[in-house]
Parts: sequence; structure tokens; C-alpha cells
Amino acid sequence: MRTAKKLFLYGGLILVSFIFLVPFMWMLSSSLKLDKDVLTIPIKWFPNPPQWRNYIDIWKKIPLLLYTKNTLKITVITTLVQLFTSSFAAYAFAKLDFKYRDQLFLAYIGTIAVPWQVYMVPQFIMMRSLHLNDSHTAIIMLHAFSAFGVFLMRQFYMGIPDELCEAARIDGMSEYKIYAKIMLPLSKPALSTLVIFTFVNTWNDFLGPYIYLTTKVKKTIQIGLRVFMDDYTQEYGMIMAAAMLSLIPVMIIFFSLQKYFVEGIAATGVKG
Amino acid sequence: MLDRKTRRNLVAYSFIAPNFIGFAVFTLGPVIFAFVLAFSQWNGNGAVTFVGLDNFVKMGSDTRFWSALKNTVVYAVSAVPFTMASALGMALLLNSRIRGKEVFRAVAFFPYVASIVACTAVWNIIFSPGAGLVNVILNSLGVENLPKWAADKHWAMFTVVTFSIWKDMGYYMVIYLAGLQGISQELYEAASLDGADARQKFMYITWPQLKPTTFFIIIMLTINSFKIYDRVMLITGGGPGTETLVLVYHIYDMAFSNSRFGYASALAVVLFVLVLTVTIIQFKGEKNYANS
Repeated sequence: MRTAKKLFLYGGLILVSFIFLVPFMWMLSSSLKLDKDVLTIPIKWFPNPPQWRNYIDIWKKIPLLLYTKNTLKITVITTLVQLFTSSFAAYAFAKLDFKYRDQLFLAYIGTIAVPWQVYMVPQFIMMRSLHLNDSHTAIIMLHAFSAFGVFLMRQFYMGIPDELCEAARIDGMSEYKIYAKIMLPLSKPALSTLVIFTFVNTWNDFLGPYIYLTTKVKKTIQIGLRVFMDDYTQEYGMIMAAAMLSLIPVMIIFFSLQKYFVEGIAATGVKG
Repeated sequence: MLDRKTRRNLVAYSFIAPNFIGFAVFTLGPVIFAFVLAFSQWNGNGAVTFVGLDNFVKMGSDTRFWSALKNTVVYAVSAVPFTMASALGMALLLNSRIRGKEVFRAVAFFPYVASIVACTAVWNIIFSPGAGLVNVILNSLGVENLPKWAADKHWAMFTVVTFSIWKDMGYYMVIYLAGLQGISQELYEAASLDGADARQKFMYITWPQLKPTTFFIIIMLTINSFKIYDRVMLITGGGPGTETLVLVYHIYDMAFSNSRFGYASALAVVLFVLVLTVTIIQFKGEKNYANS
């Protein structure tokens, strides 16, 4: 009886996992096919012979290396700016007492409830007036100062006992030193969560770069992939190869830091 | 010399400044600007003319706006319950004592972190009207008159919604898993002693205990439904006709294709009001759960 139940359970799980994985298996399988073999009946899951050429030719067909470099640059800078400035600000909101603290924090909380889509238009106009349109700086600025980062870090710091800071102050440590020597090392879990979310969001962002980046050499990998799909609608093999390649960085981050992802969602998600 | 209080304030401001300046210029400013623009007419160059409620009056006769609003609601009403139910189902499966839990969880969660462009690219091929995987399977099952999916008037929205369920449910599953872990095991043990079966345990313990989580998930899903744009653009392009034209699609068109920045901002304010309404319901609801 119990083994039957277990069997049923695993069977169900494997079936459901299959639904999640089929699109990726299809992507991988198609990326190794000739274009004409992608949409053929019956379906061949194991292309014979595998067309590894797709993975080589794509680099010549579109400036994939340049797109990757652009995206990496934007993503790394955004993540660093986000990490530094929001943990810095969050320390003051959580552990210091100062004038207008609650009002300033309310300004952050208030904008969390406003979707980006509501202010994307005026934001674009403002960036344009600063001559930042069609620049990587615009994309970095768009992502780096999210209220979410400050909120997440503040919630974490609130959980660290105030006595720790008090003791350090009595020892004559400056606030900057307390932040750098005590708070930052303690907040590794929260920082990891923030890194993952910022990295994945920025790497995957489509609409931001789509609105801002018009020059071909400045485009990110997502936009490059989209443009390629529009220009070469029938080259399925190469489209799938490019899609596979674009997933690799996120895949590495995700599978190595999965734990922080789950903890981050559980912490920010349930408590709101 | 500065007195102690001023010094303390200055130190605090120096912590906040790097983030707050960026935040004020690139987020807070545009948010306020959006509400000013909503009551103005502006083509992107020249003067901004204040027009009062004109933009909102114009919406009344904008048929594309009404289609967009209707489609956004249709999308929400179909995507929200199915994503929630699948997330709950998967979480319940994963919450039992099994081996390889982490692997299954990672597999279900991966679509959520995979890029929308790559995912929609493969979705479009799988749902290709010719020899896409879905139609090949349906055909082998003997189904005739196969739908043209993204290009089909009756099935375009369905194609987008199934994509959303597939892509998002892993995220909500993780939230449900956290909720399930918060339920005391003693409740189940007591129920077992009373001879309750699995169905009764779910109906009288799991489901009621998960209510706050379910409520939160429905709120999040609804808000996110109002914001969808890129998946629609990448799967159907808003078509065929206006079948999958959603609110943000209309905002984007008005602003970036027609340079009607004032009108686009007024549409954005409508989006904001929708989201705000749901957020207020959330606040009220959370208070209820806190009291009970």
C-alpha cells in the first residue's frame, strides 16, 4: 500500500517535471538540427547527426559576443551599485535615528506599490532630457535604485539586535565602521538574495533595453536575440542555439545559488 | 562646531544619499511626473499644455482602450486561478516526505528565471500551427481542425495564458511551500487520531491554514496580470486584430509609436488605479487575518 502511494507520488512528480522541461529539451534538440528538420513529422528528439555548426555559425551571424559583453557590463555594474547603495541606505533606516526618517522611508515604500509600467514613459522622457537615451547608463540607472533593494536590506538589518551596534558605538567605532565591519559581514544571506534577483532581472530585462537602446552595437543579448528572430524567422536551429546560449549565465547563477532564491522568496513573499 | 544632533543627522543622510539621489531622480521624479503628464497634452517636443481631464474623457471613445481593458481582465481572470491552483498542487506534492525534493523544486522554478525572449522563442515553435509539438500530439490523438494558436482569434489569449502558467507557477509554488511549512504538525497528528483521511485533512487543516498565503498569492498574481506586456508582444504581438491587446501594450503604443505622451500617461494612471485598488484590498485583508 505505502509503496503504491510512493510510486504514484513519484510518477506524478516526474510527469509534472516533464511538462516544465519539455520546452527546454525541445530547445536543445532543435538547436542541433538543420532548420528544415525542426518542424518535421515525426518528431526526432535526437538529431542525427547533431548540427554543432549552429553553435559556431551564430557568433558570425550576429555580434553575439558584443551583445554578451554589453549585457554583462550592464548587469555587473547594476548589481554592484544596487548592492552597495541599498545596503548603505538600509543601515541608516534600520539602525540610526534621524530627522525625516519615517517620511523618507515612506517615499520608498510608496513607490514599491507603483508598477514600473506606470512611470516608464516619464522616466524615458527624463532620461532623454539628460541625453541618456540610447546609453547603457540609462539601463543601469533604471534598475540600480529600486525601492525593493532598500526594503529587503532594511528588513534584514531590523532583525539584527541593536545592542550589537550600541556596544560598538561605546567602543568608539564610527557608524561607517559599524556598517562595514559588523553589519555587512552579517548580512551575507540578504546580500546574496539581492545579488541573484538583481542579476537575473537585469540580465533578462527586455522592455527596458527595447525602449532605450536603438544603436545596434549597444544592444543587449535579449534584444539581439529578438532582432535575430525577426530578421531570420526560418533559421530555427540557430535561433534555438542562441536562446540556449543566452540562458547559460542565469542557469549557472540559479543552480549554484538556488538556496538563496528560495529563502529570499519565502522571506519577502510571505511577509510582503 | 556642529552640535551632536546635527552631526548625527548628517551621518545618517550620508548613508542614504547615494541611493536616495538615484531613487529620487530616476524613480520618484518620474512617478510624480506621470501624474502631471496625465492631465496634459505633449508630443515630446515643445510646450506641455495642461488639458485637465481631457485625456480621460478621450478614453471613453477610444475603442482600442476598451479592448485593452477587457483583454487585461480576461487574461487576469484566466491566468490567476490556474496559476494559483497549479502552484498549490505542485507544492502539496513536494511537501510530502520524498527524496530529491530539491531537484524537483529547481526544475519547477527554472522557467521563472529563464529569459522571456528565449522562453517565448521556443513556445512559438512548440505552438507553431504547422508541425509544432502541440499540434503534432493533438493530431496523433485524432483532433481535427487544429487551432493556429497565437495567430488564431479564439486561441491567441489561451496561448499566452498557458505560457504564463508554465512560466510563473514555480515562483508561487515556493511561496506555498513556505506557507505549508508554517502549519503545525500537531494539527495533522490530532486529525489522524480522530481518524481523518487525506481529503479531510486538506479541507479542514491545510486549506484554512493556507488562507493568508492564498490571499497574498492571488493579490500578487492579479497585480502582475495587470502589468503584462513583453510576453504578449513576443508571442502574439497583441493580435490577431486586438484579441490580445493589453493595457500596457496600449500605453507603449501611444507613447513610443504615436508620441502621445500625455494620453499614454493618463492610461498609465488608469493602470495605477487598478493596481492601487487591489493593493488596498490586500491591506484590508491582511488586517482581517491579523485580527482573527
